Formats: sequence, C-alpha cells, structure tokens
Amino acid sequence: MTVMMLAFAITAAQIMLGTAMACASWRIIRGTRAQDRVLGLDALYLSAMLLLLTYGIQTGRTLYFEAALVIALMGFSSTVALSKFLMRGEVIE
Amino acid sequence: MKRFVPFPLLSLALFVMWVLLTGFSPGHVVLGAAVALLVSRVMLLLKPEPATIRFCPAMLKLSWLVLVDIIRSNIAVARIILFRPKNRRSDFIYLPVQLTSPYALAVLGIIITATPGTLWVQHDPQSKVILIHVLDLVDQDAWITLIQNRYEKLLMEIFE
Amino acid sequence: MMQAPDLPLWAAIIVGFLVLFGSALTLLGTIGLVRLKTFYDRVHAPTLGSTLGTGAILLASMICFSVLQSRPIIHEVLIAVFLTITTPVTLILLARAALYRDRTEGRGNVPADSMEKKQHRD
Repeated sequence: MTVMMLAFAITAAQIMLGTAMACASWRIIRGTRAQDRVLGLDALYLSAMLLLLTYGIQTGRTLYFEAALVIALMGFSSTVALSKFLMRGEVIE
Repeated sequence: MKRFVPFPLLSLALFVMWVLLTGFSPGHVVLGAAVALLVSRVMLLLKPEPATIRFCPAMLKLSWLVLVDIIRSNIAVARIILFRPKNRRSDFIYLPVQLTSPYALAVLGIIITATPGTLWVQHDPQSKVILIHVLDLVDQDAWITLIQNRYEKLLMEIFE
Repeated sequence: MMQAPDLPLWAAIIVGFLVLFGSALTLLGTIGLVRLKTFYDRVHAPTLGSTLGTGAILLASMICFSVLQSRPIIHEVLIAVFLTITTPVTLILLARAALYRDRTEGRGNVPADSMEKKQHRD
C-alpha cells in the first residue's frame, strides 16, 4: 500500500519534471535571443538533474546521485562558457 | 600551523567532500586528509586576499533570515508566474552599499541572486553601487533599506 | 514503471510529499520561463527550481537513503552546496552578458553604461 502510494507520487513527480524539461526546451527552440536559449539550457540541465535524483529515489541505487552531480557540474561549466561567449565572442582569452 | 595548513577552511571543506563522496572508511579518511592538505596548497600560487571571517551568532541569524526569505520569495514569484498580475512592474535599481570586502560582496551577491525575484547584475567598486534587477518592484526605497538593514549589517559584523 | 523503495509509512509520506513539492516548484519555474515576457523577467523564473525545488528533492533523497540503509546518508549536501555557489555565478554572468548585448545594440530600456565606462578608464 505505502509502496504503491510512493510509486504514484514519484511517477507524478517524474512526469512534472519531464514537462519542465519540455518547457525549457521550448524556450531553447523558440529563443528570440541567444541569452534566452542559454537560460533555457540552464533550466534544462537543472530539471534533468532533479529527474535523475527521483530515479535514484525510485530504484534505491546511489548510482544516480553521481550522475546527477556530473550533470550539475556540466550544466555550470557549459552555461558559464556560453555566457562568456555571448559577452566577448570567445571563451578563452 | 599556518605553514602546514595555509587555508584551514578550504582543507576542511575538501576533506569533508572526499569523505562524503567515497563513503566512510579508514583508508579514504587518510587519503582524503592527504588530498585536503596537499591540494589546498595550490591556492598559495593564487595569493588570495586574506579573509577575516568572524564566527559569531550573526552567521546563524543570517542563514536563518536567508532561508526564510528564500521560502517567502519563492511563494511570491510562484504567485506572479501563476496569476500574472496586471500592474506588476520590473525594473533595475541602484543600491548603494558600504561593504568593501570582496568576500562579503560575494556572499551578498549569492544571497540576492539566490532569492527568487531579485538578481544582482553589476557592481562598481569605485562608487560602491550595485545594480539589481527586481521582478516585482513596488517601492524602490523600501528595497534599498530592506537589503541594507537586513543583510548588510550582518555581513559587516561577520566580515569587517 | 511503477516502482518504489519499501519505506515505512511516515518516511513514505514525507518523501512523497517532498518529491511532489520540489518537482511542482521546478515545473512552475520553467512555466515562468515560457510565460514571462522579457528576458530580465525570465531570468528570475528558474531560480524557483534551483533553490526550494532542488532543496526539497535533495532532502527527500537524503531521508529515503538514510531510512533504507539505516545510517545517515548526507552526500546529497554536496549537490546543494555546489548549486548554491554556482547558480548565482551563472545567472549573474548571463545577466551581464545580456545587459552588455542590449547596451551595445541599444535595445530595450536598460540602464546606461556609466558603470562600465568608469571601470575601463582606470
């Protein structure tokens, strides 16, 4: 009974996070300007990281935690590199 | 002490991170301690400005205030996104600050940006002015006094 | 895939609530990303997910694994610390890049360049 209830809650949360990823992707595709797309990418990385964490809770494996940490790292560095590119036109000066 | 552990806080943080990531076992505690002591020496090459951090009750008070403000402004921003009030005005404001320590300014930047609804954009060290973007700007002076009284005083206590 | 760990009732209720709350906030943040009109408004929206949303899900994960393995598991704190430090950095950099682009192209009503010029002089 409790397992069923928790499974339902986690699945609902995963659907919401998936929708969040879709919204972020919509902003990446739609854009209007480059900074909007970068912002969308940042939000996409964040929701993907949270989705991985919910998979970790669902399966009870700590493997997903490491994947989430790596995604958080990559999201940070890619957003910083892209913003730097928008500001200067090059990443490494 | 200072010669062997030039950055005690950084070493401690590295050690805690190592132990948390690898799980608690004696071998990894030793290895983590070695990594923390050796890697933190890399920072010597950068010669960072020495930080004066005072561990005082102001720290706890600041953390509590920030937590409360994050929850409160989360609710406020969620309401704006859901109901889209018609007369909402978002704008940039200039905020004069007295803080000069780069570490205090960094913490202020993290606090302002981490609370949804306000975003630190730019800082000018000469005129000591911060440019902030506010999502729901009602009263500009109220914002300025709020940030000055709520965070700046406590940050002054901790860092200067 | 309906599957969940076998937790006691109290833990299941807390974990379920926190996971739902966190993901709802994150979804709301990205909805704001779609609905708000200007870039400077939109920058505020994902902060919902990166503060309370992430906090709630990380707390749920911590409680879940601590109960499952019956010892405190707190390595999720690392993600929280990491995000607290990095999210402001990315958002500030992005906002500055946007401001710089808007200023050079003379678009929108962004504050004038007074700060930058002063910095370049010295």
